[in-house]
Amino acid sequence: MVQMEYYLIVSTVMMFVGIYGFLTRRNLLAMLISVELILNSVDINFVVFNRFLFPGQLEGFFFSLFAIGISAAETAVAIAIIINIYRNMKNIQVRNLDKMKW
Amino acid sequence: MEYTTLILLLPFLGFILLGLLGTRLRPGVAGAIGTIVTGVVAILCYWTAFEYFGAGRDASGVYPVMIPWNTVWLPFGGSLHIDLGIMLDPISVMMLIVISTVSLMVHIYSFGYMKGERGFQRYYSFLSLFTMSMLGLVLATNIFQMYIFWELVGVSSYLLIGFYYTRKEAVAASKKAFIVTRFADLGFLIGILIYGFYTGSFSFTPDAPLMGTAKMLLPVALGLMFIGGAGKSAMFPLHIWLPDAMEGPTPVSALIHAATMVVAGVYLVARMFPLFIGYAPEVLHITAYVGAFTALYAAVVACVQSDIKRVLAFSTISQIGFMIVALGVCTSSDPHEGGLGYMASMFHLFTHAMFKALLFLGAGCIIHAVHSNEMSAMGGLRKYMPVTHITFLVACLSIAGIWPLSGFFSKDEILAACFNFSPWMGWVMTAIAGLTAFYMFRLYYCIFWGKENTELHTEHRPHEAPLSMTLPLVFLAAVTLVAGWIPFGEFVSSNGQAYHIHIDWTVAGTSLCVAALGIAIATWMYLREDRTVADGLADRFSGLHKAAYHRFYIDEIYQFITHKIIFACISTPIAWFDRHIVDGFMNLLAIVTNKVSWAIRQMQSGYIQRYSIWFLGGALGLAIILLLV
Repeated sequence: MVQMEYYLIVSTVMMFVGIYGFLTRRNLLAMLISVELILNSVDINFVVFNRFLFPGQLEGFFFSLFAIGISAAETAVAIAIIINIYRNMKNIQVRNLDKMKW
Repeated sequence: MEYTTLILLLPFLGFILLGLLGTRLRPGVAGAIGTIVTGVVAILCYWTAFEYFGAGRDASGVYPVMIPWNTVWLPFGGSLHIDLGIMLDPISVMMLIVISTVSLMVHIYSFGYMKGERGFQRYYSFLSLFTMSMLGLVLATNIFQMYIFWELVGVSSYLLIGFYYTRKEAVAASKKAFIVTRFADLGFLIGILIYGFYTGSFSFTPDAPLMGTAKMLLPVALGLMFIGGAGKSAMFPLHIWLPDAMEGPTPVSALIHAATMVVAGVYLVARMFPLFIGYAPEVLHITAYVGAFTALYAAVVACVQSDIKRVLAFSTISQIGFMIVALGVCTSSDPHEGGLGYMASMFHLFTHAMFKALLFLGAGCIIHAVHSNEMSAMGGLRKYMPVTHITFLVACLSIAGIWPLSGFFSKDEILAACFNFSPWMGWVMTAIAGLTAFYMFRLYYCIFWGKENTELHTEHRPHEAPLSMTLPLVFLAAVTLVAGWIPFGEFVSSNGQAYHIHIDWTVAGTSLCVAALGIAIATWMYLREDRTVADGLADRFSGLHKAAYHRFYIDEIYQFITHKIIFACISTPIAWFDRHIVDGFMNLLAIVTNKVSWAIRQMQSGYIQRYSIWFLGGALGLAIILLLV
């Protein structure tokens, strides 16, 4: 049986890959994908902790299902925003999106 | 008698209507609206007077004070509250008649006088505002309401003096009038506050007899109130605004600066008369001395002025001095024993309002005819303006105190009251009455007789004023002829009881002789074409003449005190402190905030990823702190 730490290592790697991607990618879509990575790593953590620490209960599973649903909706909203940004600015390079300044 | 509220509401509505719609209405329509409103108000006032005096006296033999309408407007703690209401008593009803009559006459007269002026509608709306404020002042149920309307008449006076706002003198005069009277009103306000604080009420007569501190401080409060009254009524040394106020249109001078507003101070003293007599007779006597000095000063100055409106202005100041003296010499509230002056003062107020309005309106006709205020442009006008001439003569005889015109009766009562007080006061006032006769007839002869300015008159032939202007003159002259026979003491007296006026012929005879002497000297000096005597006297006493012509340099003294002392030594340092210390501190705060903001602003780059680095760094920092603690 695979030990809990291996799962956690995977999810930690995913998490930091996501953060790294979010901070360094210049494309909004790539940043969105990175955010999804972070979310998924958290989902894995929920499932793993439920499976190994509280085997008789199901809250962690349900919560990760719930988070997947929310993240799907959030992705839809984010893509809608990105499409709008593209329509307005003909560009989704994050460097060019400094209209939020001040 | 609830309809009395309309007396205030109608002119107010007229003011609003003309003020808001003025420019959309044709001038004639606007004037007609104003005049009709004032006419209705006048009818209401007469009807009020008829009903009030017709209702008769109550069991104690006085006309009861009626309050047809009253409402608590601003309640303070305790018993103190400011009311708005309408109070009818003999003097307020008398004032209603004076104000509405003169106001109506001025409204009609202005049709002719102001014809074709720019801002005709504005003029009529201001007249309505003034009429409303003045009626509110006399109808006030308490001292604070009176103060509110007191300031309103001040504002309307300011607006009307500055009516020709393109003329620099008019603007300066309106500001001067406003500032001087406002300065005096500060005294009035402090007096009201002291009165309200210590007696616990703003009403004219406190409910219970005053005790302790209230009784001690009441003379102070009344004295301060008199300062306010002195400012409005142009008592020395606060008179300086009134001669300058003649920059306004002449009908305005007739209404505000001769007949109604300037007697507000007299009305105030009469209103507070029971308190003056009961608690502060010495303050009342001080007002008498102030009034007597003012009367003398103004009469002397009036003798040498060359601008006819200025002569009338100083004569107004002098006559108001008479009224104040008459109130001031009262020693009790019984008209038979030293309280005669109250009735005399109110009587003179009534008759003076009529004949002085007549004089001003006559002067307006003359100015209308020759387009100048200076006597040098006049002379010999009797041929051109018969109606103005006759009515002016009637008013001059009346103010000089010639039997049987109204001025004789009221002035006689004042002089009798003065002789009751002390013989020398009586003699001084008699002498001033003689001086009055002299300067009024000097004015009369210089305008209608004497050397004609033929050069000016052939170039522009003087003409009689139109009917709208002569009609008020004739009406007021008729009132002046008969007003003396009104049994005034039956309506108004110091304790409210009927007082039968009887003429003391020793006093009246003396004053008649003195007046006749004054007229005779004026005739001798000014009737003929050459004025050798007058010019000779002016040369002989050139110093005195020059000083009097410059009003004894009172204005210059004010100028010196305000500019050289107050502005230079007090205001300038304060202004420096304000500009550099107070403002500087505020500016410093603003500059520091600005700089800091600029520095912080650089953090707001607008790049999402930079924000997220801050966010993650913060989260990490927090996690580390939580781990360590």
